[in-house]
Amino acid sequence: MSSWPALERFLGTDPADVGCEQAMAILHVYVDLVAADPDAAGRYRGVAAHLAACGPCCEDFRGLLAAVTEDR
Amino acid sequence: MMEMPGDPATSDDASDEWLSALTGTGTAREAGLARLHGLLIRVAARELRRREAGTWISGRELDDLAHQAADDAMLAIVGKLGSFRGESRFTTWAYRFVMLEVSSKLGRHYWRQHPAEHLEAEDWDRLPDRLGADPGADAEHAELVKAVRQAVDVTLTEHQRRLFVAVVLNEVPLDALVARLGTNRNAIYKVIFDARRKIRAFLVANGYLEERRRGPS
Repeated sequence: MSSWPALERFLGTDPADVGCEQAMAILHVYVDLVAADPDAAGRYRGVAAHLAACGPCCEDFRGLLAAVTEDR
Repeated sequence: MMEMPGDPATSDDASDEWLSALTGTGTAREAGLARLHGLLIRVAARELRRREAGTWISGRELDDLAHQAADDAMLAIVGKLGSFRGESRFTTWAYRFVMLEVSSKLGRHYWRQHPAEHLEAEDWDRLPDRLGADPGADAEHAELVKAVRQAVDVTLTEHQRRLFVAVVLNEVPLDALVARLGTNRNAIYKVIFDARRKIRAFLVANGYLEERRRGPS
């Protein structure tokens, strides 16, 4: 570990990361699952890996989760 | 490999009612469309307010943007109703279009507040701040900044370098680059993803970072 852990985290890439296109394609399914059970995120490891690394997609995820949570 | 939902369709009464109204005819359909549009405006406005701190959009401009996002989301939803497979609630599926439209519109809006030169400027002294280095540790990180810059020079293509500089050094949002370059978020993410891997491999090969044994590489 270097003295700059944030740099290491940024440069680290997860092979499971499915990318923006696939994550966004099933975001609604993922959000409904997470809204019902936060532990369900583990069933979509590739999506979770992507959301952990991609700020814009994570922002869309947070927004959609907030929208459906406020609706219920 | 595409991750696909493993659950059977989760059709629920509310979703069925939405589909019935929106695929129907006459006043029932008109009422359904109006009700959905109202919901989309509310969701778009709420989302823009949630992101307000990072966009400096407020007041009437925010309301206008919310209506534009809701209008465009509405068009997409109506056009793609046949692709709704009941894997989520109908409203969750519909709100996703609002999120995508909000992101897209904020990306375009970015260039009203930032000059185009913002894309190309290279100030490597910003790197520690951009990547969350501890304040006051600049001297300690100077060697790593130099190594990262060398990795960028040696390993990245011109396209990768341009996008890395824009996203990392200049903090241009991905969706703003999408609007500027006429591409899509996934294409830019992939370029930055590959750039991160290349830079990391360079730093490992030259002894600045240790190779990871397991997990993300």
